Amino acid sequence: MEGQLQLAHIGAGLAAIGSGAAAIGVGNVAGNYLAGALRNPSAAASQTATLFIGIAFAEALGIFSFLVALLLMFAV
Amino acid sequence: MATEAHGAEEGGLVFHPMDQFIIKPLFGNPDQPIGLFTITNATLWMALAVVAVVLLMVWGSARRAIVPSRKQSIAELAYGFVHKMVEDVAGKDALVFFPYVMTLFMFIVMANFLGLLPMSFTTTSHFAVTVVLAMLVFLTVTIVGFVKNGAAFLGLFWVSSAPLALRPILAIIELISYFVRPVSHSIRLAGNVMAGHAVIKVFAGFAAIAVVSPVSVVAITAMYGLEVLVAFIQAYVFTILTCVYLKDALHPSH
Repeated sequence: MEGQLQLAHIGAGLAAIGSGAAAIGVGNVAGNYLAGALRNPSAAASQTATLFIGIAFAEALGIFSFLVALLLMFAV
Repeated sequence: MATEAHGAEEGGLVFHPMDQFIIKPLFGNPDQPIGLFTITNATLWMALAVVAVVLLMVWGSARRAIVPSRKQSIAELAYGFVHKMVEDVAGKDALVFFPYVMTLFMFIVMANFLGLLPMSFTTTSHFAVTVVLAMLVFLTVTIVGFVKNGAAFLGLFWVSSAPLALRPILAIIELISYFVRPVSHSIRLAGNVMAGHAVIKVFAGFAAIAVVSPVSVVAITAMYGLEVLVAFIQAYVFTILTCVYLKDALHPSH
């Protein structure tokens, strides 16, 4: 039982890699938005809602890895 | 969630970073079982969030001055912000749902900001709170979709712009993504808020060590600034996703 708990903690740490992957995705969205906004600043303001929706969807998959980590920490 | 208190002897920190999320009854025996009507710190801070929203909106707009006071400006700003969001993202016919979306936004933003006060309790860090909010949105959207469009709402899953051979596969993916919505919707809010508060507590634990305490105080300050931003952005994201889902329900064609 003790060894299983330790393995669960290692798994939770591994699941944190998913957060890093989500960070890459969110950075991609925000960076591309900025690149586009600097090319055409007049259209930037109308796309902030799209930016946040894109960030939210990219982040959702990182959140799932966070959920897996939480389940391993507190539910296993 | 951390339901039992962790002793200091378990880890190296003076207190466990997840201890701040423990729900305790406010009155009577602290070890009593928590029932549906037990007044806990969670219900207290949720009630405070509701009272704060009511105070801001009612007291702020009571005078209806042409030159608005500061309170009235904030109330008007919040109203206009959410109104514009619903209109832009979900369309003009979604304005029927504006009161619901406004209530969601104000409650979440107030609960997040009240949770940032020292010694307070963050209700939105609990899945029990955010899952209820997200499930209500999910049920509303599903029921509205079927009431407004009938069986045509199922067209949401049948991507008519894709090649015919791909459509069944896409239908399965769309179906999964539809039912995952309440999960990601609720966990995004609770996860972000909880993670931020836990990080602040972790740095606060390091502040007890004399050598690193200046660094950790700076880190807490920086994280706190980030958390103020996150508290607002997560409320904004929750509301804007509600608008996106409403748009899907009202206009299910791709």
